[in-house]
Amino acid sequence: MEKVLKDFSPGETGVVLKISNVGKIKRRLYDMGVTPGAEIKLVKVAPLGDPLCVLLRGYELSVRKDEAAEVVMEVKK
Amino acid sequence: MKFCLAGNPNSGKTTLFNSLTGSTAHVGNWPGVTVDKREGVYKKLPERVHIVDLPGIYSLSPYTPEEVVSRNYILEEHPDVIINIVDATNLERNLYLTTQLIETDIPVVIALNMMDVVEKNGDKIDKKALESLMGVPVVEISALKNKNLAALMKTAYETAGKGKGGRSVIEQSGVLGGVYKEIVGLYGDAGCGDKVFHAVKMLEADELETAKFPEIAKKAAGLKSKINAKAFDDDFEAMVADARYRFLTQHISSVISRAAREENTRSDRADRVLTHRIWGIPLFLLIIFAVFHITFAEDFLFLNGLFGVSVTDPGWINFFSGMGYEGMLEEAAGGVVSMAVPSVGVWLQSWMGWLTGSIIDVVSGWMSASPAWLSGLVCDGLLSGLDAIFSFLPQILLLFLFLSILEDSGYMARVAFIMDRAFRKFGLSGKAFMPLLMCFGCGVPGVMATKTLENEKERRMTMMIAPFFSCGAKLPIWLAFAGVLFAGQYGDLVVFSVYLIGIVVAIVAAIILRFTVFKGETPPFIMELPSYHLPQFKNLMAHLWEKLKHFIIKAGTIIAASIVVIWFLSNFDFAFWNGMVDNIEYSMMGRIGNVIKYLFYPLGFAMGADGWKFVVASLTGLLAKEEVVATLEVLSGGLGLEALLGGMTVASAYSFMLFNLLAVPCMAMVAAVYGEIGSGKRTWGAIGFWLLTAYVVSMVTYWSVSYWWIGVIILVAIAAALTVLYIRHKNNNKFKGVAA
Repeated sequence: MEKVLKDFSPGETGVVLKISNVGKIKRRLYDMGVTPGAEIKLVKVAPLGDPLCVLLRGYELSVRKDEAAEVVMEVKK
Repeated sequence: MKFCLAGNPNSGKTTLFNSLTGSTAHVGNWPGVTVDKREGVYKKLPERVHIVDLPGIYSLSPYTPEEVVSRNYILEEHPDVIINIVDATNLERNLYLTTQLIETDIPVVIALNMMDVVEKNGDKIDKKALESLMGVPVVEISALKNKNLAALMKTAYETAGKGKGGRSVIEQSGVLGGVYKEIVGLYGDAGCGDKVFHAVKMLEADELETAKFPEIAKKAAGLKSKINAKAFDDDFEAMVADARYRFLTQHISSVISRAAREENTRSDRADRVLTHRIWGIPLFLLIIFAVFHITFAEDFLFLNGLFGVSVTDPGWINFFSGMGYEGMLEEAAGGVVSMAVPSVGVWLQSWMGWLTGSIIDVVSGWMSASPAWLSGLVCDGLLSGLDAIFSFLPQILLLFLFLSILEDSGYMARVAFIMDRAFRKFGLSGKAFMPLLMCFGCGVPGVMATKTLENEKERRMTMMIAPFFSCGAKLPIWLAFAGVLFAGQYGDLVVFSVYLIGIVVAIVAAIILRFTVFKGETPPFIMELPSYHLPQFKNLMAHLWEKLKHFIIKAGTIIAASIVVIWFLSNFDFAFWNGMVDNIEYSMMGRIGNVIKYLFYPLGFAMGADGWKFVVASLTGLLAKEEVVATLEVLSGGLGLEALLGGMTVASAYSFMLFNLLAVPCMAMVAAVYGEIGSGKRTWGAIGFWLLTAYVVSMVTYWSVSYWWIGVIILVAIAAALTVLYIRHKNNNKFKGVAA
């Protein structure tokens, strides 16, 4: 099932299909390892509902929902 | 010889740098940007080695100032060796930078850090496999425990002699790799150095690169048309980044073998509590309260207030108050002296006061025979001015120590994570929260703490609104008014209202700045949340020493100079050769105050017979806010401070307070801002902004409190202006959203 990272719930894992944004944010996400094929788990949501904390490539990364909305994922069962 | 250190943030780079260079380290700024440049010397090799610590970066793509600085340094200064420090516990992402560094012609040595943690986790890293994978020597080190550093430097020294051509992992990726090789050929024909690095940048269609080599860019574009980049929307940068990670993912298993491990590390468990949905914010508030309490509380742990614990023994009172027993005895009613146990910060401050007081006593003893103007300049001017500033030093340092602990432990990233949502509305990110909070204690460490903000715009914006948070030195002013306004009945509310107004002004100012001076897209908030670890004593001390040095240098130059000027203005007439004046009213300062008071007439407090006194007090307050009450006290003459303040209307009292709340806080702050911004023009800009804000807010307050309907009109106007700004901003973003 395809779904953007923003709509994941805590504990859910998926694989990156693509990043729909172009430009700086995309490049930054790539540099941090959010590339197609990378496995990402949504760890938790900040107390105020945004940003998100995700686990990928063995480390934790914080992204805002705005940015997570650009990351298209294939949900892993 | 010249080595440079490159690596990800949180990889232990600064620790390694400090261990290698020790006392030779010094910090400056990279030209043009406010990124720290650390340099030092390593002496234990046959040659002296100059070491430059590049800023912590994740990539060499030129998007952040840190990345640009690092990239330019490597390409233009051509260090003899790049020591690439790699966090072994986070191999994949750290090696991503390595794949870029090895593309230059400069020899690279990998310093594999935190191997002890890897071993403790039961994982194994095959050093030989990593060496052949990256094609560069690898040395396992522990920067923290000073382990293997000599071996690292020896390897680096030996490697420096050997020439090395760049190599890229891109060559292994199919069609992309083929095109890459052809572009390398183009650069080879052009006889260009670092051809692999340039070729990869050209493949990425890097803006700087295509502008620099238009000929090759044209040919490369032709070659690239062979590649089917549809999957990447023709974004070659993405394709290259993907190729790098693909390479790493594919080969990493041959380098590291991970032991099965329990799901929850200690760091995970700590994080679950500290960023808990419900407890995260209260815990954070508690931690902050503790920091402020330990730094500023007169009554430690409320031992006196809650349990009635107090100190009465003269010896202990001297210990806790910095030899203050005699002074207290003189003031105490009935000869009984008692005090509450103070917090560490207050205790240190008392002793600092004792120290500077003693120095002043000794010096004025020496100078008793000198002419009055000379001893006045040295003792009343310079020394007591510096005393006022230095007496805060222990608390500034203590506050900074706590900040460093929170930062080094990894908690600060979580604070940003927790608070980001609330701050984004004002155009700031969660990272701005901590520096601003410090400003309630003292603006100087607050401004210094803006270093942690990645985005330059955000950093400058944070500094601009920093003084609006009422600091410790301003509190005596509010307290003086609290005692007289409304017959002293609502003292606590008066003080509280000033703090609150400061916060509101800061928020409004942030929004206005965001939509005007600092226009543009909101910076992304893609931030690593590093694992928690215990802060290292060595690092903390290095941090503190750096700040202390910085402060003393500033205090010794800018601050001392302005103190002398103010002292001169307030003690001499324009005919200064006639000697000192007895009364500040007849000094240059007094006369200037009497003239420029007309400038302050719209603010209300300058009107009337006593008006000029408040103008002069505000002027001295620009030097240091401690001066305000002191000046008013002197100027009140026989009348007394209470009578002077009591003669004011509520409107002009508030106008005066708000002017002092918002205007230039003190010379130390100006010096700190100058140190962080590194530009005289922008520092003047900040000064102008503070004065303007102070002037406008005071004026609005005066007239609104005097005539309520003016207040209503102004409030409506502000609300309308903000709405317009907001709507325009939203529309702008809608269009930008596609491009950004």
